[in-house]
Amino acid sequence: MEVDVANYVALSAVMFFIGVAGVVLRRNPLIVLMSIELMFNAANLALVAFSRLWVNNAGHVFVFLVITVAAAEAAIGLAIVVAVFRRAKNVDLDEVAGMHG
Amino acid sequence: MILFYALAIVLIASSVFTVTQKSPVYSVVGLLTNFLTLAALYFTLNAEFLGVIQVVVYSGAILMLFVFVIALLSSGIGPFSEGPNRLPRIAVPAAIVTLLAFGFVVFGVLHAPLAAPPVHASVSGSTLGAVGTADVFGSVGDFGKALFTAQLLPFEVTAFILMVAVIGVVLLAGDAAPQRTRGSHARRTKSAEREPIVKAGR
Repeated sequence: MEVDVANYVALSAVMFFIGVAGVVLRRNPLIVLMSIELMFNAANLALVAFSRLWVNNAGHVFVFLVITVAAAEAAIGLAIVVAVFRRAKNVDLDEVAGMHG
Repeated sequence: MILFYALAIVLIASSVFTVTQKSPVYSVVGLLTNFLTLAALYFTLNAEFLGVIQVVVYSGAILMLFVFVIALLSSGIGPFSEGPNRLPRIAVPAAIVTLLAFGFVVFGVLHAPLAAPPVHASVSGSTLGAVGTADVFGSVGDFGKALFTAQLLPFEVTAFILMVAVIGVVLLAGDAAPQRTRGSHARRTKSAEREPIVKAGR
């Protein structure tokens, strides 16, 4: 292997924390959902890199599972955004505080 | 090596672009670049089936879902108001904790020796080979054999998760009052009374 696996894992960590910053800092729920997708993909990259290090395709199967979970999560998250928009006509995450307790 | 660094730069740049754009449509373009670059990285890691799945499922299906929802909602959404975001008081501690965690991860990754595993570690029995040849590590045959024999339980769980997601989406985003489907005349009046998904104007 030409490139060390540590490089892939460091790249995955950088991408994951960019996603964390997006989730914490943005107010648009669509961009927050996209940042969550970024975090899923960072985890996938680490799984594929470790799976390549130990030549074992259990990691590939788990990436498959993660992609499925990400698809389900995106569908349900976008459905929640649409439902909130229908009810409140506003999806700014600062304004949507209906469950604020 | 050069390929890896080029792909890594594109990956990080497109991630930053995705997070920092004001309009979600630009973010989708950044995310598309990100996913295609990630698929190329999967190919460099001998995971050819996952690279194809990444292009088809992520770039083809999930991003299309985002684009459709943006098209559905953007007629009613104005630009977001300026000002501090929703975490004005804990922004500095959150940033410090995030940077510390990030530094910890990078430090750990770069200083722990990720040595090659022992020989007996490869329990899947697949062998490394060039991407594109049949039945090597990461090819469709290798992945399918693992998925339908040793890893059958995660596959079934996948099916269950998708079913739960379908039911949840229909419950959340479907019509609040389901229309009656008996008789075309009744259905027409009923659908005229229904609230439109996006109100015109405003």
